[in-house]
Amino acid sequence: MFEHYLSLFIKSIFIENMALAFFLGMCTFLAVSKRVETAVGLGIAVIVVQTITMPVNNLIYNHVLKEGALTWVGLENVDLTFLGLITYIGVIAAMVQILEMILDKFVPKLYHALGIFLPLITVNCAILGGSLFMVERNYSFPESIIFGLGSGTGFALAVIALAGIREKMKYSNVPNGLRGLGITFITVGLLAIAFMLFSGIQL
Amino acid sequence: MSRLKTILINPIFNENPIAYQILGICSALAVTSKLETSIVMSLAVIFVLAFSNLAVSLIRHQIPSSVRIIIEMTIIASLVIIADQMIKAFAYDISKQLSVYVGLIITNCIIMGRTEAFALKNPPLQSFLDGIGNGLGYTVILLAVGFVRELLGSGKIMGITVLPLHTENGWYIPNGLLLLPPSAFFLIGLIIWSIRTWKPEQVEE
Repeated sequence: MFEHYLSLFIKSIFIENMALAFFLGMCTFLAVSKRVETAVGLGIAVIVVQTITMPVNNLIYNHVLKEGALTWVGLENVDLTFLGLITYIGVIAAMVQILEMILDKFVPKLYHALGIFLPLITVNCAILGGSLFMVERNYSFPESIIFGLGSGTGFALAVIALAGIREKMKYSNVPNGLRGLGITFITVGLLAIAFMLFSGIQL
Repeated sequence: MSRLKTILINPIFNENPIAYQILGICSALAVTSKLETSIVMSLAVIFVLAFSNLAVSLIRHQIPSSVRIIIEMTIIASLVIIADQMIKAFAYDISKQLSVYVGLIITNCIIMGRTEAFALKNPPLQSFLDGIGNGLGYTVILLAVGFVRELLGSGKIMGITVLPLHTENGWYIPNGLLLLPPSAFFLIGLIIWSIRTWKPEQVEE
């Protein structure tokens, strides 16, 4: 039992890395990775939001949306899966808003350190993508917590790695047309190939 | 008239959403291994982008600022659900290959980015054209990458064999790297290099 969860955790960080294997959350990934400090802020925010929203979405899917899920209210034949997308994004937006308010009230220092990234996460494809993967693979409630924690950590790892590389590249001689965005794309491509070395690992 | 033409043509090469605005990258990488999926994805994005821009622009004076993100999300999500159901109805195999990426159009930064940057401040016709323009810019990159990846990665275009593979008594040994997603990164990097050589004003300092 424990090995199953541990392997799911490790798998979601390295083998199925949200940013480098599935290419979700690319926009924030590329736009925020110019400096390591901002990357760390984004990484922490993603981990927190992912770990909270995924179990909540799991509960909603299993008890409200799935076919036959509404039996506890007495409606057996109702299939609301088509409302999935709008529900998950609503939950994510609401959670981010609540998290913002809690942080502002109880840990204002962290709130100011995270700054703009918290609202930015609402539209991060990696968060919604994680929930959609969880629904597609039919994870149980504890699995969804582990998957949330793992996928958030994987994303954070990737952003911080890219930020470190980009900071060093500021001192290199990059051709004009490639400067900035172009060389970043090629770097991320190489990072993605590097992460593919994990894909053969069987846990 | 020429302002409308500028709004439509500008985002294709001058301010391309992928190559300049850094928007819409996730889906561009994941669905371009075949030309077919690239085309379906581009059509879906043009549809959602144009109509969400139109809808938000029509109600832009009535939306209170505190709830505008939620309202935008609702409009975009509804349009994406419609697009998703249409794709599932008319092109079921392709919808299986696109899997979660059609749903992810909701969080596609282009749509959110353009509604915030343009539709909230501009009249409906211009917003609609801006949506189509940015959708076309996105399509150009997607088709270019999809074409190269499918042709050189598997020797086919739209499923029709153009370069016979050596496994099927042909001569072409396919470039396996191009079937993998990271190749899309390299291709887009090279496309950005060529666009910025053609239009040096886009080069970053």
